[in-house]
Formats: sequence, structure tokens, C-alpha cells
Amino acid sequence: MARMAGRRALAAVPVLLVVTFGVFAVAAASPFDPVKAYAGTAGLTASQENLDQLRANLGADQPLVPRWWDWTTSALTGDLGDSSVMRQPVADVIAERIGWSVLLAATAFAVAVLLGTVLGVLAARRPGGAFDRGATAVAYTLEAAPAFWLGLLAIWVFALKLGVLPAGGLTDTASDTVTFGQVAGHLVLPALVLGLSQLPWFLLYVRQGVADALEEDPVRGARARGLSERTVLVGHALRSGLLPVLTLVGSRVPELITGALLVETVFSWPGIAAATVTAATSVDFPLLAALTVLATAAVLLGNLLSDLLYGLADPRVGFHG
Amino acid sequence: MTARTARPIRGTAAAALATTLALTAAACSNPDGSGSGGSAARDSVVVGIAYEPETLSPLLGYGKDGNSKVFDGLLAFGPDMRLRPALATALPEVSPDGLTYTYRLREGVTFSDGKPFGAKDVVFTYRTILDKRTNNPSKTELDALKDVRAVGDDTVVFTLKYPYAAFAQRTVLAIAPEHVAARQDVNSGPFTTKPVGTGPYVLTGWSKGEKLTFTANPRYWGGEPKVKKLTMAVVKDDDVRATRLRSGDLDGAILPPNLAKGFKNDPGRKTYAATTYDYRTVTLPTHNKVTGDTAVRRALDVAVDRQAMVDQILEGAGKPAYGPVPTGSEWFTQGTERRHDLAAAKRILDEAGWKPGPDGVRVKNGVRAAFPLWYVSGDKLRQDHALAYASDAKKAGIEITTQAGTWEVIEPRMKHDAVLAGGGSPGDPDFDQYLLLRSTLAGDGFNNMAWYANPAVDQALEAGRKSNDKAARKAAYDTVQRELVKNPGYTFLTHIDHVYVVSDRWDGLSTQIEPHDHGLAAGPWWNVEDWTPKDAAK
Repeated sequence: MARMAGRRALAAVPVLLVVTFGVFAVAAASPFDPVKAYAGTAGLTASQENLDQLRANLGADQPLVPRWWDWTTSALTGDLGDSSVMRQPVADVIAERIGWSVLLAATAFAVAVLLGTVLGVLAARRPGGAFDRGATAVAYTLEAAPAFWLGLLAIWVFALKLGVLPAGGLTDTASDTVTFGQVAGHLVLPALVLGLSQLPWFLLYVRQGVADALEEDPVRGARARGLSERTVLVGHALRSGLLPVLTLVGSRVPELITGALLVETVFSWPGIAAATVTAATSVDFPLLAALTVLATAAVLLGNLLSDLLYGLADPRVGFHG
Repeated sequence: MTARTARPIRGTAAAALATTLALTAAACSNPDGSGSGGSAARDSVVVGIAYEPETLSPLLGYGKDGNSKVFDGLLAFGPDMRLRPALATALPEVSPDGLTYTYRLREGVTFSDGKPFGAKDVVFTYRTILDKRTNNPSKTELDALKDVRAVGDDTVVFTLKYPYAAFAQRTVLAIAPEHVAARQDVNSGPFTTKPVGTGPYVLTGWSKGEKLTFTANPRYWGGEPKVKKLTMAVVKDDDVRATRLRSGDLDGAILPPNLAKGFKNDPGRKTYAATTYDYRTVTLPTHNKVTGDTAVRRALDVAVDRQAMVDQILEGAGKPAYGPVPTGSEWFTQGTERRHDLAAAKRILDEAGWKPGPDGVRVKNGVRAAFPLWYVSGDKLRQDHALAYASDAKKAGIEITTQAGTWEVIEPRMKHDAVLAGGGSPGDPDFDQYLLLRSTLAGDGFNNMAWYANPAVDQALEAGRKSNDKAARKAAYDTVQRELVKNPGYTFLTHIDHVYVVSDRWDGLSTQIEPHDHGLAAGPWWNVEDWTPKDAAK
């Protein structure tokens, strides 16, 4: 198990190097100009000399490879550089925001996993029954609905029509202290929306897994022995039916990150995803590269986690790879 | 501990409780407006703004036009844009050659951290901005400045490279404390997000993309403001801003005219329309065979129906524009207004040899009277202006193809293609006219986008900026505006009012003449430090 984790960590190094280089290459090829993004409206009256000086100061006149190399070597020594668009060190940008993103993503993930498992098991009990058909239909609808559309819909219903939940932000507009109650209230809508956008996969996987398990010999045997339906469901079917869900846990991480990107923007949630959008459109190399490394690391960790869980849950699988 | 420093710690702790939170949170939620810290508090104001500043450091450009709330300049603009002293005790003494400006500083002023303000802070601020290593994109505005030095602790002397009459207007620029800002990286140090200034308000929190919060500065030299708490919520979407204003979440907000209309009959709210220097114009590049022809330019100038644009696109919230100077300004040259006259436009084109072709588009020497007009994609107002302009031009026999693009797409084409541009800075007539019309600035960044070149205008622009005699300056800018009638390098369309809706709970509200930029301090809250709650005596 430790060997597998170690091997994966080693393999992550070249992956991260290639990914950051890719980010630099794509950003360099993009039509956006970092100097214009930096100057904003002031750039519209700035002289060419002023703009050229800015270009040199920001290092935007350097070729791709040296820029990437400089960033990588200083990142290895712990210096992530300065974000030009936020006018502060990249480390500060990340430290200020990552907690909020983790909170949002973790809550949403918990919602998706718990709700998906419960609904999936209920649906699997009577495949083709009314509940199963209803839940499956809802799942397919949610699967097709983009997260930002769900977000706008939620704002319209809960914030505008019913007026029961805040439409956005981390705290009430007039408040300048961050309290637990305020954050909790403001977290409900974004976390629910992000969680609901992930729900269908868990629901459908669990439903299929448990329904299949209910057809397997051990379960049929258990039923034949006269065990209660509850014991059969929880003790036998759920255990083997949940195996595919463990794989899903890891593979949903990228979706969770892109989903958070949209949800944070819709709800003015001051997380890291909103900063990613700004960094990308402003060609803020240091910030963009650092955020990409984080996202890639999250995906790699997610995969590792699901493989480990699978190995633990089903000894036949073992720890290879 | 402030909200900002508390955040990562709380964030981590809260993450651990995430599951419980999600299930119990609904019970803790606090609907908008009903909270005890809500906007109903009499001495707190919550306003919705559309744009967020990139930085709050004056060294990087924040507060360069004055009115920064956290900082003060040596001078400040009053409601009528007349200069008045702020950190200086009086307007500057200008030497007869116009090259030396001397300011005496107010005594007993302290920064919000308690340290005294002095001449060294002024010198530090200007020298740092001029420094090549400082990433200040507005540096060009101080082009005339050669050096600044302190004489004792209460006098500052500026020396210019060339006489520049508008220089005093540039000294509304916010002053940073040397003892804080000099100790860190100018471009990315903590000062860029946690400013310390002498102004009426102190920043207490800045959640990027969400809001900025301020409290009244008890040490403010002008007296502690009556409005104790000020929150600026960043709400980019117009409709969301209007909704949050209606729900009581915001006390005031900038709104497009059509959304502001919905609040007109609301007894609890007042609508303010700020007149501005914010113009929309079409560049007519000299290097294009069609737009470079003076006859075409003059024809377009009278073919366009400016009043219809004001009425239909701006819903009446604006004025026809004939140049960068708005018609209401004292610097506007009376008699240079151009009436909408389609017949005159056709006559001008006929006389210049632009004859109607088979498809109705005029032709001269094999050149069709057609050109593309670019506007920034996503800007509804510019799109509407561009379409209206193209439709007016078509009636005169000129075919304009409107095209949307980002500045990255538009910029390389500016030399030959027309662009629907915007801009405008109040204060001095030199600010807009020099950058737009000086032939030596053709193609210099976004200056003189039309590559306009007119020796008479060049001469008048130089005369206007070098003389300190107001009558001579007025004569110079009159010449510029009359030349623009004879040879317009741009078709100026409208000056746009900025419309604000604010709860009617305070006295002392007014609006300033506003620039193109929607800064933090533009809007009725430009002087929020002077507001008093209504019925305060009761």
C-alpha cells in the first residue's frame, strides 16, 4: 500500500512538470495580452513607453521556456512568485482562498455521496418501481443540467422568490466579520447546487451496483436462508454494490473542480476557482501555473485515494500500479 | 483580529464540520435585511458598484483622480470640479514660467496608523510612481513632472520639464505613507491590499470579487464622518444589482437607465443622474481611403442623429457630444454644435465626387464608401451606438459593417478600421484633447487612435497646455473645437449620464462631474464623509 502511494508520488513529478509547461505554452499562445490585462482602463491612455516598461517589469517580454524554467525553479524553493493581476504574492492569494473552496467542495461532495447512496439504495430495492423511475429520471435531468444554470435557478427560487437564503457572497453584505452562522447560511445554496450537480453519478452507480448485487447468488442464498430484508440489503448487497462507487469518488474530483469554478462565480464565493478564471483571462502566469499544479495534484490524489479504498474494500484487487 | 486574517483558520476549522454544516445550515440562515448588522442601521451605508479596483495602492494608480476615501491628495475636486486644498493648505504657487509648483502642507495630519504625515510622504509617493520599476500604468499622466523635493517638513516643490497648465489637477493623486510603503515590494507588498492613508475612511476588509468594507477614520483631519460604516459590494451584473437594491440588501447602486426607471416612483429612494465627461465616439482613421477623406468625415458628422441616440439608447440620460468637451462645460465652444442634417451630408458627398453606385453605396475613383466599425464584444451600449451610427450612415450612402471583437483583435486594426471608443476625464480640457488629437501621439498605445493630424490643432493644443492664462487657454481650445468642425477625425456621439438610485435616508447627497471610469468614489457617495443621517436630531 505504501509502495503504491510512493510509486504514484514519483510518477506525479513528470506529470506536474508537463502540465505546468502546457499551461505556460497555452497561455503564451493565447491572444490575451498580460500587459493590457494588468493596465486595465489606464492602459487606454498610457503611452507606448509606459506599456513597454510594464512589459519588461512583468517579464512578459521573456520567451516561453526561460519563463517556465524560472517559475519552476523558484517554485521548488518555495517561492511561487507574485500574481500580477491580484498585486500580491501567489502564496497569499492561495492561502486566503483555498479554505473556502475546500469547505464548499467538501460539503458538496458529502451531499452528493450521502444523498446519492441513500437514494440509490432505495431505488435499487425495487428496480422499475415508481421510486426508481422517479429518481432515475431526476438523476438524468440533473446530469444534463449545467451547474451554473442550477445556480441561477436556485438564486431565483430561494433568494428572489422565497427570500429565505442569501443570493451570494460569504457573509451578509453589510457585515464585515466572518461568523460561523453567516458562513453556514451562505454556504447552503452553493454547496447544494454543486452537490446536486454531482449527485446523479453516485445515485445511478449505487442503484446499478446494489440492484446487480441483489441478483447475485450470495444474496439469493441469504434470502433463501430467511434473513431479514434489511440484513440482506445492508449486510450483503450494499457491501458489494458500493465497490464501483469507490472508484467514482476519485474520478469525480476533476468534475468537482470544474463545477466549483462555475458555482463560485455564480454565487460570488471568494474561493480559489474564481481566482482561476481571473488568472486565465489575465494571462497571470505564476498564479495560473500554481493553481493548475494544485488542481492536478487534487486529481492525482483523488485517483490514488479511490484505488486505495478499492484495495481495502476488496482484497482481491490488491495494491498494484 | 480582522476578518481577513481570521479567514484561513476559520476556513480550515469549518471544513472539518462541513457535513454537519450542510445539514444544519438552513436553520442558521439569516434572510437579507433582517439581521441586526443589516443595512438598516442609520449610520451605515451599503452601495453596489460594478467595477472593483485591482489595487488600493496609490503607487500603482489607485486614487489618481482624487476621491479615494482611504487617501487624500494635495488637492481635491469639489462638486463642480473646481480644485480645492486637501493635504495642502492652499492652491499651489506657480512660478511665472509655469515650471515650478510650490505647495504648503496642512499641519497636524496623521495617517490612520497614528504616524504623522509630512513632506517626505509626498516626495516618496511621486518619486515611487515615476520609478521605472514601479508597475503603475498611469505613469504617463505625470509625464510633465521632472522632480519633486521637500523644503523642510511642510513644503513641497515640483519642477516640470515643460510648462503644463493642467499640472495642479494631477496633484489630486493620493498620497501614500513612506513609513509603510517604502518597506515592502511596491508591486506586490501587503500595502497594495491593506492600505494606510490620511482619508476619511479606513479599510477594514477586502474580500476580492465580493466587497470592500470601511469604517470612519476617527483621526480624519476634516472631522470624523457621520456615516460610520461604508460597504461597497462588487456586483458585476446589472440585474442582480437592481434586485439586491430592491430587496434592501443595498442602500444605493449604479444602474443602467432602463433599470433605474423602475425605481422612479419609489418614495423611499431617489434617482441621481451624474453628468459626465464619459463620451462615445467613432474613430475615423486617416489611413483609410474612405474615413481619411475630409468630405466623408464631415458628411458623417452631420448625417448622424445624436439626439435620437440619447433618446433611444440612453433613455434620455445623456447629451449629444460634438467633441470630448461636454456641451455643459465652461470649456465648450458655443456654436460648434452640429445639427442632424441628412440633406447637407448628401450634398457634401456629392460635391466631393462621391456618387451613388448601383447598390446605393457611393463610389469615388473606384473606391466604395464602405468601412468596418469595431466595438468591444459584450458592451451592449457600444453595440447599440455602433448599429445606430451604421444605420444613419447608410441613409447618406455610406456602408458601415459593424464587427465585435476583443481589444486584442481590434488593436492591430486601429490604423485602418474605425472603432467605437469611449473615454473622458474631467478636470482639465488638456486631458482628453491632447491625447486624442496630438499628431505626434498617433498610434502611441491607445492615444490618438484615429491618427489625426492637423497642424492648427497641434499648435493650439501646445498653446493650451503651456499657458497659465485662462483666457488664452480658452482661445486655444476654441480653435481646437472649431477645427474639429472643419475636419473631424472622430464622430463624437454622446456623453453618457451615470445613473444612481439611493435610499432617501441621508442629507448632503450630490454628484460630481464624472469620468469615463466608474471608480470607487464616483457616484453620489463621492462625498459620503459629508453625509448626515436624516432626522438625526430626533
